[in-house]
Amino acid sequence: MSLLEVKGLTRRFGGLIAVNDFNIELGEHELVALIGPNGAGKTTVFNLISGFYQPSEGSVTIKGKDTKGLRPHQVTSLGVARTFQGIRLWGEMNVLDNIRVSQHSNLGYSLLDSFLRTKRYCKREKQIEDTAWELLEAMDLKDYAFEVPRNLPYGLQRRVEIARAMSLKPSLLLLDEPAAGLNSSDVEGLIKLVRWIYDTYPVTIWMIEHQMKVVMSLCTRIKVVDFGTTIADGSPHEIQANPAVIKAYLGDDTI
Amino acid sequence: MQKYSFTTAMIASMILLTALAQLGVINQYLQSVIMLMGINIILCSSLNLVNGYMGEFSCGHGGFMCVGAYASSIVTVLLFSKNQILGAPLLPGSMALIAFPLALAAGAAAAAVAGLIVAIPSFKTRGDYLAIITLAANYMVISAIDNMEIIGGPRGFMGMNATVHAMEAILDVPWMLIWVIIGTIFSVWLLRRFVTSTLGKGVPAICQDEIAAEIMSVDTNRMKLIAFMLSSGLAGLAGGLFAHMLGYVNPHSFDIMKSTEVMVMVYLGGMGSLSGATLSAVLFTVLLEVLRPLEIWKWVVIPLLLILLMQFRPEGIMGNKELSDLFPKLRKYYSFK
Repeated sequence: MSLLEVKGLTRRFGGLIAVNDFNIELGEHELVALIGPNGAGKTTVFNLISGFYQPSEGSVTIKGKDTKGLRPHQVTSLGVARTFQGIRLWGEMNVLDNIRVSQHSNLGYSLLDSFLRTKRYCKREKQIEDTAWELLEAMDLKDYAFEVPRNLPYGLQRRVEIARAMSLKPSLLLLDEPAAGLNSSDVEGLIKLVRWIYDTYPVTIWMIEHQMKVVMSLCTRIKVVDFGTTIADGSPHEIQANPAVIKAYLGDDTI
Repeated sequence: MQKYSFTTAMIASMILLTALAQLGVINQYLQSVIMLMGINIILCSSLNLVNGYMGEFSCGHGGFMCVGAYASSIVTVLLFSKNQILGAPLLPGSMALIAFPLALAAGAAAAAVAGLIVAIPSFKTRGDYLAIITLAANYMVISAIDNMEIIGGPRGFMGMNATVHAMEAILDVPWMLIWVIIGTIFSVWLLRRFVTSTLGKGVPAICQDEIAAEIMSVDTNRMKLIAFMLSSGLAGLAGGLFAHMLGYVNPHSFDIMKSTEVMVMVYLGGMGSLSGATLSAVLFTVLLEVLRPLEIWKWVVIPLLLILLMQFRPEGIMGNKELSDLFPKLRKYYSFK
């Protein structure tokens, strides 16, 4: 059984077809990229998979479960975590709390437990905090635990957002343009971080990225979309030589 | 340095206050000011959960207070006093001490259920539109009670004094003062425990980025339901205490003016700060009393003070911070458990 199976995924916004008949199958522990020119519908694919939009047609199956009609937090609890194109951290909460709140799906205690501070509450809160500290430690963010994300530089905010996604212990991590807005040294750091996550955790990483340096040095498989339609799928080597891809990015030489 | 638990300190001060009242050091007037203070603390801190922590703009808090006031009053009148319509008392006066907190709880529960009128639309609506819904909820409650002849309609409802007298017959201490203080401690304690838990931190997460909250596994509908019901339930508790303190309620004491008053306290104290809400409720109550000699002019002076505050300190007195954030040394003396 594959981890993620997307079949005939289509999404229309009024007359615009943002995603048209999109298919992909991802297995355990892969590193895949989704590329394409601006407006090709890449983020819409992610939004459809994470349950933020409902598909017009087609299906998304995660670990054999159809996600039709599920709300985003329910999809998340199936093991899907994501980051956003523009960073969406909770800006006024410190970094530690950001990584605690994202563990809401497996709180393991009820409202009543939180009022009465029962044994179960104390045990789970401790585990939640330990998980958060472990991640902060592993991702080199320990010094910023009590900082508010709003005050952190952009590169660090990205790192916190990835840490927050990892706190969900996902089997599928969707990264939406993780290198956008980063300077070259931050990009190096990001490549190392993603590589490290891939080597350390049993997770499939699927990223949308425009910087070819990131895509080519990390991913073993690339899918290219344009105007909502898949135009190529293959290894980095194949993609680089594919005429349809070159045409989508650089245009046709006939006028 | 020994660490005093906050609750112990509060209970000690409650016993002290009661003793002082009993000895006649605090007169009837001061007692009622203290009671109003407590009720305002409950109202302000509970509204703060929605307006401050969750970032919604609820302006119908008075409506929920009204539901709580009427529901608990009906229960106590039914149980302990002779009423033309509701009939003879059902229980002997000696049961009053046990039944009264249950009546308050019934009022709070009724108000929490009324909170659903606002909580369910909040799943899909937010911001200005939700504010309109809360306003409508307030009007709905007031108009419904206005039109219920059985509980007095616009003339108001009374008979709650019988319960208070019944409690005093058992032991002659200022019972309402004690109940108000217990209610205040309970509310602040409950809210404090909620907002410091990981579960409760889902509420500010909704305020700061609802989409991120939804995708990062926070069940936003559940959190909104909890926040609105907890907030309106505690407003109902405050309403119940208010009704029994005065011995008389009138639907129009809970109209939009009341809701505005509570909102003013919340914005005065600082959004998303429990100690801010508590401080500003105390300050506001004292201010109202101190400026009493100005008579109607106080409604010129107080709004003016508010305008000045918003001009020079728009985040309110505490502005998102707790007392222990501003004075870390305080942590040595008290802790929340």
